[in-house]
Parts: sequence; structure tokens; C-alpha cells
Amino acid sequence: MTAPIYTRADFQTDQEVRWCPGCGDYTILASVQQFLAGLSRNREEFVFISGIGCAARFPYYVNTYGMHSIHGRAPAIASGVAITRPDLSVWVITGDGDALSIGGNHLIHTLRRNVNLTILLFNNQIYGLTKGQYSPTSEIGKTTKSSPFGSIDYPFNPVSLALGAEATFVARTLDMDRSHTQKMLEAAYNHKGSAFIEIYQNCNVFNDKAFIQLTGKEERVHNRIDLEAGKPIVFDDGAKAVVMRGGEAVVVDSNSVDPKAILVHDPTNPNASVAFAVSRLSHGPYGPTPLGIFRDVNRPTYDSEVNAQVAAAKEKLGEGDLAKLIASHGTWTVDPSGNGASA
Amino acid sequence: MADDIATVDPSSTTTEVLEKVVIRFAGDSGDGMQVAGTRFTDASALFGNDLATLPSFPAEIRAPAGTLPGVSSFQVQIADFDILTAGDEPDCLVAMNPAALKKHIEDLRQGGTLIVNTDTFEERNLAKAGYESNPLDDDSLRGYRVIKVPMDELTKEAVKGSGVSGRSVLRSKNFFALGLLAWLFHRPTEPTIDWARKKFANKPEVAEANVAAFKAGYTFGVATEATKSTFEVKPAALPAGTYTNVNGNTALAWGLIAASQKSGLPLFYGSYPITPASDILHELSRQKNFGVRTFQAEDEIAGVGSAIGAAFAGNLAVTGSSGPGIALKSEAISLAFIAELPLIVINVQRGGPSTGLPTKPEQSDLLFSLYGRHGESPVPVIAAASPSDSFEVAIEAARIALTYMTPVILLSDNSIANGSEPWLLPDIEAIPNIEVDFVKYPNGPDGTFLPYLRDVQTFARPWAIPGTPGLEHRIGGIEKDAITGDVSYDPKNHQLMTDTRAWKVANIANDIPDLSVDGDEDADLVVLGWGSTFGAIRAAARRARLDGRKVATLHLRYLNPMARNLGEVLSSYDKILIPELNTGQLLKLIRAEFLLDAVGLNKVAGEPFKVSEVAEKIMEMTK
Repeated sequence: MTAPIYTRADFQTDQEVRWCPGCGDYTILASVQQFLAGLSRNREEFVFISGIGCAARFPYYVNTYGMHSIHGRAPAIASGVAITRPDLSVWVITGDGDALSIGGNHLIHTLRRNVNLTILLFNNQIYGLTKGQYSPTSEIGKTTKSSPFGSIDYPFNPVSLALGAEATFVARTLDMDRSHTQKMLEAAYNHKGSAFIEIYQNCNVFNDKAFIQLTGKEERVHNRIDLEAGKPIVFDDGAKAVVMRGGEAVVVDSNSVDPKAILVHDPTNPNASVAFAVSRLSHGPYGPTPLGIFRDVNRPTYDSEVNAQVAAAKEKLGEGDLAKLIASHGTWTVDPSGNGASA
Repeated sequence: MADDIATVDPSSTTTEVLEKVVIRFAGDSGDGMQVAGTRFTDASALFGNDLATLPSFPAEIRAPAGTLPGVSSFQVQIADFDILTAGDEPDCLVAMNPAALKKHIEDLRQGGTLIVNTDTFEERNLAKAGYESNPLDDDSLRGYRVIKVPMDELTKEAVKGSGVSGRSVLRSKNFFALGLLAWLFHRPTEPTIDWARKKFANKPEVAEANVAAFKAGYTFGVATEATKSTFEVKPAALPAGTYTNVNGNTALAWGLIAASQKSGLPLFYGSYPITPASDILHELSRQKNFGVRTFQAEDEIAGVGSAIGAAFAGNLAVTGSSGPGIALKSEAISLAFIAELPLIVINVQRGGPSTGLPTKPEQSDLLFSLYGRHGESPVPVIAAASPSDSFEVAIEAARIALTYMTPVILLSDNSIANGSEPWLLPDIEAIPNIEVDFVKYPNGPDGTFLPYLRDVQTFARPWAIPGTPGLEHRIGGIEKDAITGDVSYDPKNHQLMTDTRAWKVANIANDIPDLSVDGDEDADLVVLGWGSTFGAIRAAARRARLDGRKVATLHLRYLNPMARNLGEVLSSYDKILIPELNTGQLLKLIRAEFLLDAVGLNKVAGEPFKVSEVAEKIMEMTK
């Protein structure tokens, strides 16, 4: 069978896309559709599962199999798909409220198990669908409808959280940078196991310009740190560099250190400590902030282990025989005259 | 006779033949009473008696030793006819310590046999149990046939040379008690000895200690002629066939495997550990060569969520829990209902609310099962009547879920889950297949797929699973257009979809059997029940009939929808009695639905109905 040839249009549905004009979700949708079309993989083999929130409408707009489920539970539902159907490519679409607040438990356990699926977390640092309350990634002091005197909730750093949850693939990208997004999607798709991508996504209605330090023409030059495997971590046109000091990643002037001392990025490092240190360079998109793949290591996937146990049991014991099973706890027979006799 | 145990000398001991006998083992949580009870039961089953069991244990794994809360017990009734319950009051009580005696002596029938381990009746244990004086020394036990046995000493003596030492020695004393009972009740000894050797094959010294203690207990009976007479209960005249002794959780797990085979769908079980449902997870996780995939989720919601995902992906998807866990699954069950995905939700009920009585039976989740969800979501509900019935009910739940594309709630309870009874093994070949047809081709105009274009008979929507070319579609919790499945906020469409889903479920009434009445056609009173009260109700009606009363009984397997002829049948009796282990939940439904003046008999005391309790009420109502 020849591989199918698709265009982006093949992954669009006939549904009217109902995000606010100017929403970052449009750009992410386009990036994902473009990426899927380029894979030349049968469209019916993709499954998109989402929870609740603006991002969660995503599956309605992708012409694959999909389920728009309930708040926070998409990783659990997607796990049920991925465990039982290793032939499929399973994607979770979620947001900062969905994944990090109500669904935090499912997120960390799915990552820890390394179920073979890709989680795209659209982080806009705000609750959009409920019209503007602070989220688990909103900055301290943020004034919203539910925090008129400023938020007092200390925010999560989603990348640090994923690394702490034993994730085997962790990346961060930006809605507006479609080519970077597609690179991250490709790496995540090729990763076996749980892949987690935090996508900074602008909510132009309730939290506009939250990522201006990474998107603004001037600002991005100084703040965007592109992580590239095998290369020293430098940014700001080479003026700044990242070095490790006492287990901490710190930003220094490049010319103040021996070039050999500059941290060479290695996402395949089995020890997650360095990736974690790099994730602490910023706590949100403020000041120098790394984008790219923080971690990409191999560990047996949950679904393959589950299915290997099933296969091993069949190999060892043969296909289950139900008549034998129900008689396996000892039986006795009663003959037609009604007399019992032990067996 | 196995090995070298001395046999009963017929000249010195007489044998009383009984129709039935109720035996209760009671001891500290660490005394191995559940094992002793289960072994006695299995030996009786293999001997051919009919039987029913009622295990009862504390919620604490090890409550403080010697205390009343730490007492664990196991009751079994064995009979030479088809009995229906584990019995009301024991004819024989084994009390391994003062606390066990204190807790259970009141239940022992006057004139019943009491076997006590005298070695534990010392000052500290007596005080822990709240005894001011030793009941073995005063005449408080007058009225029972007391067999005093220094079990600790005799067990220590017996296991010498087996290789076990220290504190492990006394672990075998349950086998000593078991040996004594094997003698007293003429039980075959081979099954117990064989079991011990197999179970402890990796620890031969433990196996031998248990066997030695068992033999010592048996020999103690023979040698001391511990009572003037021993007891015999002949095998029951049950229908011909092959039997096994099965508990409800195991039968339920096997029923799910049967449904998987009969539907041709792989079984997926997503669950979070909870008493008393965990044994279903344990059993299924062992049966991987049946293609069963079990998923111990991070919480109850992930348990049901993973099952919903598995259902979407084309599996026979099941989640299981008990009341508190079902509460957490409630939102997800509504999702499965609106998305119209086949899903079985097992609720092994226990005493509530909240943590309540986690190891005790109750039927207090009936209204919760029927109505405990947001929005209009009338999920089908079906309940098991007994341990062995759980097998059939599991298959039936799967049939309804898969045929009608709906979640189904399956109710069991702690007494069914842990209780056991003989089960006439079904002919697997004869169990009908469950037809499942995944849609393969577009069903709409111009090659489109319409995920809500329903079957004209069942009103089920088509099931198109991922991987099927051309049928890519999206489902979810938002209301969908009645045909296209697109998101729809149209008011008329929501009315139509709500009505359609309700009608789909109500229509299942046309696909379940009419109720048939058990008992007297011309009875004045009908006793209506559901779930685990089945045995007590039938047995009570039998007892009342022996007293000349005319009584009919009805049992509901289907709680939603109910059998079509229920109202008609109920209306044909002057009086209706509804015994339930709750405060009157089915009662409320029957009164509301049929405007009938039904009367409740209700109890939430952490134990099943005694037959006598139901019988007394029947007598009172048929005076």
C-alpha cells in the first residue's frame, strides 16, 4: 500500500472554528494540521482527546478520531486508548487549568508511566472559557476577576513539573513560531512514550501579550534561549551564555567565561537534574527563557509493557480456556440421582 | 482417610445426622479465621453439601490483638438440601479468644456447641475483652455444650519437628481448630491437607506444621471423645452436574471474561483499589492469557476515564469500585452516557455514607445508581442476587452495554462479593454470543459518517472505532446534533436528544424477561426484593409456608428499566413487603411509580437479614 498524500485541508473539518479572532489556538491548529499532513500516515490512525477549556475544542477541528471529554481527564481517557490500541497515534490537547489544576493528578501519573501519547499543553496563563480567572501558571500578583487584589497563588513551571513527574520527553515552544512548533511536534511524535510539550499561547482577550518578552521584536532577541542538542547554550546574539554553578544553571556574559565552561545542551542525559536546572532559568516567560527540547530519553513504554505481559501469559499458558478457569478452584459432581461425590 | 489420622471409633461416639448446621469461626484478626472458614467450606463443598458463607472482618488490617474490634469471623451453613443463606444463629461456635467469645456468644443457639481455646483465657485477654471474671470458670456458659481445648499448648506440641519456630508456631492453631471440626462434623480431611501442601509448597515447614496441627486437632477429638456425639450432614440432592464453590467477586470477574469471549472484544478493566471491590481487580490481573488488560489507575476518575478511552477504542470496557469511588466517577459516567459508549460500572456496595462501614454489606446505593448524576442520565442498572448469580449478571450487563451503546451500572455488595456458594458450572459453549458490529463503511450521503444515525430497533448509535478509514469523527460531552453528531446548541435538538437517550434506555424493558412469581399463586402477600436479600427472602417465605401462610416472592435483577409486568404483578396482591438493607429506597420507587401501599422492612446494621427477621415480618403481615 502506498503512503497517503495529504494536504493541510485533509485534516480540517467542516466545523466553523470558534475561537476568538486573534487567539493563539488558530496558529497551533494550523501547525498541527500541517505537521500531520506531512507525516503521510493514514488519517484514521490519529486520535485527539481533550478535556475542557478553550484548547479542548481542538479535536472538533481536526479531521481524525477525537473526543472532547471532561475537565482534566483527557490523559486518563487517552491512556485507555493508547494502552489498548498501540497501533494508533494518540494526542492529548489540554490547557494550563485543565492539565495543571483539575487534572494535575492524571498528568503526572501519565508521564510517570510513560504511556505512548503526546500531550500538548496550551499555556496562556489564564482561564479563558470561564472568562478570565487566574490559573495555576498565572504570575503572583495578577489581577483578575477572581483575584481583584492580585493572585497569591504561587505558579507552576510546567516544564519543571513534567521533569519532576519522570517525563521522558519534555519540550517548550511558542504558538507564533510555527516552524519551531513543528520541529517540537516532530520530535515528540518520534519519541516512544509520553511526550510533553508546553506551548506558550497568547490569549488576546484575557491575557494579551503575556509572552511579549519572547515574541516582541526587541525583547525576543534578549530573552529567547533556543536549546539545541549538542550545542553550547548561548543567546542574545551570543552575548549571553548558560553555565552550571553549584548544581544551578545561571546566565553569564559569554565573554566572562571560558567557552568550554558553557553548558552544552544534552536532552538525552539520563539524569534529569541538568534539564531541571535549565528549566529553572525562568519561572514563566519573564526574562531569559529556554525553548526547545529539555529532555528526550528512552524508557519502556507503559502500553508496550502491558501488552508484553499479555503476550507472555498467552505464550506460557496458551489462550485462556474459560471452562478450565471456572473449574480451577476444585469441583465436585452430583450424579443424576442427586448424590454428591467428590472429584 | 488421608495419611495416618486415626478414624472415628464408631463404638464410643454416636453420630447425629442433621439436615443443616451453622458453624461460626471467631478469633483475633491474626488467628486465621477466614482461612479456617474457607477451608472448612471447601471441604464441605467437595463433600457435596449445599452451603452459603458469610465472612465478616474488621476494616483494620490488624486491630489491637485481643480486643473486641479486632475479632474476625466466618460463618458457614452446610445442608443436605438447597439452602439460601449462611444461616441466622450458629449451632457451633469456635472462639479462639475471650474477645471472640464475648462478641459472638449471644448469637450461639441455646444448646449449641462451643469450642474454646482455653489457653487465651488469661487475665490480660479477659480484661481486653471486658470480662471481669473468667466465663469458663463461672456458670455463664451453662446452656451450651462447651468443649474446652488448650489449643496453644496442643498446637505447639503438634508442630514440634516441623521446622517452624518462635511466633510462627501458633499461626497453625487455626488448623488445629479445623482438624477438631473435621472430626466433629465428619468432614473429609484430604482437601484440607492437600490445600495446605499446595499453598505452602514454597515453605514446606509451614505446610507440615499446618498439616500436623490439623491432624492433632482431629486426633484430639477422637482420643478425648470431646463430645458424646459427632454430627453428620449428608450431601445435598442438588441438580446433576459439576459444581464449584465460588464467591461473588470471582464469579463477577469470570463473567466479564465470558462476556469478552462471547462478544469477541478484549476486556479492559480500569480500577483503583477499594474494599470490597479490589478482588475483582486482583482476579482479572491474573488472567492475562485471556487477553485481559487491567489498569490500576491513579484514582477513581482515571479508572473510569481509562475505561471510557478503551470503550472508544473498541474494547469491552469495565470499571469497578464501591460507593465512595462511584461518587467520584459520577461525572465520567455522564460523559459515557451522552457520548453513548458501552461501559460497565461495577459498584460493590458497602455501608455508607463516606467511609461508613467499608467491610460490611448494605444496599444503600440504589437511588444513587439510578439518579446520582448531573443532567438527565438514566443509566441502566442491574443487580446480582448471589455470589454465583454475579457470573450471569456480568454477561447480561455487557450485553446491554454493547447492544444499546450505554454505560450500565452493575450492583453487588459486600455479602455477595465475599460470600460463597456452590455453583453449577455452566456450559460455556451454550452461553449465547453478544453480537457486536463495528461500523466499517460510511452510513450517510456522499460517503459521510453520521455517528448518531441510530439503529431502528435498539436506538443505539453506530460504533466506529479509531483505525477505520473514512469514519473519522468526534464525540464528546457537548450536546450533539441528532444526526450529524456536530456540536449543537439548538434547544429543540437538546430536547430531542434528551428524550431519545431516555427512550433508548426505557426501551430495554422490551429486551428483558418478564418477572415470574415464586411461591403461592393465591398468596395475599408478595415479598419483593433485589440484590443480596434474595436468599433471606426466599428462605423466609419457605419458612412461612411451612407455617401455613400463603406467600409469593419476586426478585428484581433489573432496576432500570424494570420488568414490564412489574406493576401488574404487584397490583395482583393485597399486600407488598419490600425488605432492603437500606432505609427504603426500592420502597420509595415502587410507591412513587405504581401508587401502591408497599411496606418496607429495613435494616442498616452492617449485616445481611436473618431469615427469621424477614419471616417474622411475613408472619405479622399474614396473620
